[in-house]
Amino acid sequence: MNQYPGWKYVLILAVLAVGVLYALPNLYGEDPALQITSTRGLDLPLGLPAAIEDALVVEKIAFKSSEQIGNRILYRFSSAEDQLLAADAVKKALGESFVVALNLAPATPDWLRSLGGKPMTLGLDLQGGVHFLLQVDMDTARGQQLDRYVDDIRAVLRDESIRYVSVRREGNGLLVLLRSEEDRSRTDSLIQSDQSLVGLQVKETNVGENFGLSATVQEQQLVELQQTALKQNITTLRNRVNEIGVAEPIIQQQGADRVVVQLPGVQDTVQAKKIIGATATLEYRAVDEQNDAFTAAQTGRVPPESRMYTDNNQQPVLLKKRLIVSGDQLIGASSGFDQQTGEPQVSVTLDGVGAKRMLDFTRENVGNRMAVVYIEQKPGGKMLEEVISVAVVREPFGKRFQTTGLDSMQEASQLALLLRAGALAAPMEIVEERTVGPSLGADNVEQGFKSVLIGFVLVLILMAAYYRVFGLIANLALFTNIVMLISLLSLLGATLTMPGIAGIVLTVGMAVDANVLIFERIREELRNGNTPQASIRAGYDKAFSTIADANITTLIAAFVLFLFGTGPIKGFAVTLSLGIVTSMFTAIMGTRAVVNLIYGRRKRVSKLLI
Amino acid sequence: MRFLKQKTNIDFMRLGNAAVVMSTILIIASIASLSIRGLNFGLDFTGGTLIEVSYPNAPHIADVRENLASSGHADAVVQTFGAANEIVVRIPPRDSGSSDAELSTEVLTALQQGVEGEVVMRRVEFVGPQVGDDLAEQGILAVVYSLIGIFIYVMFRFQWRFSVGSVAALIHDIIICMGLVSLFGVEFDLTVVAALLAVIGYSLNDTIVLFDRIRENFPRLRKSLPKEVINVSINQVLARTLMMSLTTLLVLIALFIFGGQIIHAFAFTLIAGVVVGTYSSIYVASTALLYLGVSKYDLLQVEKEGAGEVVDTRP
Repeated sequence: MNQYPGWKYVLILAVLAVGVLYALPNLYGEDPALQITSTRGLDLPLGLPAAIEDALVVEKIAFKSSEQIGNRILYRFSSAEDQLLAADAVKKALGESFVVALNLAPATPDWLRSLGGKPMTLGLDLQGGVHFLLQVDMDTARGQQLDRYVDDIRAVLRDESIRYVSVRREGNGLLVLLRSEEDRSRTDSLIQSDQSLVGLQVKETNVGENFGLSATVQEQQLVELQQTALKQNITTLRNRVNEIGVAEPIIQQQGADRVVVQLPGVQDTVQAKKIIGATATLEYRAVDEQNDAFTAAQTGRVPPESRMYTDNNQQPVLLKKRLIVSGDQLIGASSGFDQQTGEPQVSVTLDGVGAKRMLDFTRENVGNRMAVVYIEQKPGGKMLEEVISVAVVREPFGKRFQTTGLDSMQEASQLALLLRAGALAAPMEIVEERTVGPSLGADNVEQGFKSVLIGFVLVLILMAAYYRVFGLIANLALFTNIVMLISLLSLLGATLTMPGIAGIVLTVGMAVDANVLIFERIREELRNGNTPQASIRAGYDKAFSTIADANITTLIAAFVLFLFGTGPIKGFAVTLSLGIVTSMFTAIMGTRAVVNLIYGRRKRVSKLLI
Repeated sequence: MRFLKQKTNIDFMRLGNAAVVMSTILIIASIASLSIRGLNFGLDFTGGTLIEVSYPNAPHIADVRENLASSGHADAVVQTFGAANEIVVRIPPRDSGSSDAELSTEVLTALQQGVEGEVVMRRVEFVGPQVGDDLAEQGILAVVYSLIGIFIYVMFRFQWRFSVGSVAALIHDIIICMGLVSLFGVEFDLTVVAALLAVIGYSLNDTIVLFDRIRENFPRLRKSLPKEVINVSINQVLARTLMMSLTTLLVLIALFIFGGQIIHAFAFTLIAGVVVGTYSSIYVASTALLYLGVSKYDLLQVEKEGAGEVVDTRP
C-alpha cells in the first residue's frame, strides 16, 4: 500500500550520512594556536619551524602539533596559557620580520578535514572582535589627484623652461595661466602628450591679459581613480591588519566607496582603530635657505616656491614646495634607537626612483637642511602637517637612512608599521564600529544555545503528546533537520551569528508546520471515515501543495531579506532559507519513509496512533 | 491529545464586520502611537555611539552620569542593561569634525575613573549618520519588494483577489506590530526589521494555508455561498493554525526569556507578529476576499497542483 521503493530509502540514508558527516566537525571544538606568517607575505624560510621549536623548548612549552599551510605555519597548544606564553617566546625569537597571531584552530580530526569537513565559524558577536565599516573620502581623493596634476604640470613647465603666471586648482579642474600665445600652445601639446597627465581635457580661455588653459578631469578618469583608490586602500588595510597579527581577518569592499574590516578575537580595539584609520605618511622636503621663516610668518609674505609649515614646538618653518621623496616611495621601515643619542628613530628604505631622487638632492645639498614632514589625514578633509625633524645633510645618501625627531618609541614603531604597510590612497573614515568583548561573546553563545535547546525540547514534548507515534516521527525529523542545517551551514562556510541562531530557532518552529499540516490532514481523512492507509496517503498528498506554496512565499521573503540586508540580517536570511529547504526534505520525505516503514507493509492497520 | 473536539463549526464570518471594526481601531491606534510616541529608534538608525560595560559591583547611575559629565559627555544617556552591574551608555552623534571613532576610548577611560576593579568593555557600537540613512532606506525597500514579490506569486498561483487579501493582511500585521513596538517603547533596530520580515513570512504562511483550503473547497461545495465556503475552510484548518501558533510561540517565548538582551526586541516583535498574524489570516485575509466578491468562478481554471491525480477518497 504505502511503500517507498528501495532507492528512496538509500537516497534518504545517503543524504543523512553526508549530513551527519559534515555536521560532525562542530563537535570537536577548537585548539588555542599560534599562527606565524612573514610580515611581507613572503614564503617562509625552511629553517623557521626549527627556530620556533627551539624557542619553545627553551621556555619549556609543549605544543600539541604543528602544520604548514601555504605560507603560514600553525602551532596548536593544549591550553590558552601555553598559547600566550608561547606567543611571547616566539615573538622574541623571531623579531619584526614575522607576524605571530593568536588563533583558535578547529580541532577537526585529519580524516574529516581531508573530506573537506570544517566547523561553522562563530561570528564576531559570539567570539568577540571588532567590525569596522570604513568610508573612503572620495572628495579628498579627487582633491589630492588635482593637487598632483598641479605639481606635475609645474614640473613639466619647469623642465621645458616655460615661465608661467600660475598653475592652480579651480573648482573641479585646473587653471594654467601663461604669458604668451606661443607658451600656451606649447603647454597645451605638452599636457596632451605627457604620460603623467593622462585624462585631462584642455580648453583655451583668456583671463585678463594672461593666456589661460583650463583643464578638467575626464569622468572616466575620475571613476578609475576612485576604483584604484579603493583597491589600494584595501591592500594597505590588509597589510596593516597582517602587521597587527590577526588570524582570520575579513577585508572586503562594500558598495562603491565602503570597506568592511572584521577582526575576530581582537581585544585591543583602541590600537586596532588607530592603525586601521591612520593615514600617516612622511614627506621629505628641502628647507628654504634663502628666506627667513620668522620674517615670512610675521609679514605673511611667503615666497612663491615655498610653503609655510610648523614644527612640533609650533615654530614656523619654510620648506620648498618641490617634494624630494614621499611616503609612497618607501619600501621598508623599522623602528629602533639612535645609537649615539638614544632617541627613537625610524630606519627607512626607499625604492629605486626615491633612492635616485634622494641621492640627487643630497649630492647637491651637502650642508643644507632637509626636513621630514609628518602628514596625517583627519576625517572630514582636515590635514595635520607637522615638521618632525630638520637636519643638516652631512653627506650624500640614497636608499637607506634614518629619521629621528619622534616623541616616543611607541610612536616610532607605529610610524614604522604604517610606512611598511603603505599609505592609504584616500583618507578613510570609520562610519560604523561594532566591538564585542569576549565576555559578552561567551554569554551570547551560552544564552543562544540555551534558548534554542529549551525551545526545541518544549516543541518535542508538545509534538509527542499531541500526535503520539506520529509526533515522535516528526521529532526525529526535526532533530535530523537541525543536523542537516548545521552540516549545510558548515559546508558553505557560513558564519554563525546571534541572528543566525534566531534563524535556526525560527526554522524549528516552521519545520513543525509541515508535519502539523500533514498530520491534521490525516486526522481529517480518518474522521471522514477513510481507512488508515488511504488516510496516510491522502494526508501527505493533499498537504504537499499547501506546504510548497507556504514555503515558497516564505522563501521569497527570505530572499528579499538576503538582497537588502547586510551582515547580521543576511545571516538570518541564509539560515532561514536553508532551514526551509532542509525541513521540506526531512518533514515530508523523511517522515513519510518512517511512516511507511512502520505502517506501509501491514495488510491491515486498524488504528493509527495519531 | 486534541485541543478541539472532533469537528468545529464556528461561524467565524458572523464576526466579519466586528473584525473589520476591530482591525480599523487597532490600525488607527497603531498609527496614532507611531505618530505621537514615535519609534524608539536604535543606534542602527539614529547613528551615535553605544558602549556596554560591566562593573565589578553595581555602580550608582548618578555617579556614572557625573563621571561622564565631568569628562565632557553631558549628553550621554546612562541605563542599566539586564543586570544591575551592567551599564549601557548612549551618546548621540556629534557634529562632524571631531572623530567619533575615538569617542568610545574616551568614555571607557571616564567610566573607569574612581572604580575599584576593572570596568570590562562588553560591546561598543558606533554608527555614523550616513549609515543610518542607508539602513532605513534598505529596510523600507526590503519590505516593499517582498510584498510585491508575494503579490505576484499569489496572483500567479491563485488569483488577484487572493493577492489583495494576503497583502492587505500583511500590511495590517506590519502596521499593528510596529504600533506595538512603538507603544511598548521597544528599541527599533535592525533585528526588529528582520523580525518584521519574518512576521511577513509567518503570517503569509497562515494565510496561504487557509487560501489553499478555500481554493480546494470552492469546487467541492458548489451550492454554498462564498461566505460559507470560507467558514468551512477556516474550521478545517483551525486545529493546524492553533498548533502552529502554539509551537512557534513556545520557541519564541524561550528565546525571549533565555536568549539575552540582544535578542529581546527581535523576540518581542515576532511574538506580537505571531498573535496578530494568526488573527489576520482568519479575519483580515478572508474578509478582504469576501469584500472583493470572491466566487467559485474565480478559481475554475486553476488546477489543483500536487493533488491532481488523487480522486476524492470519500466513500
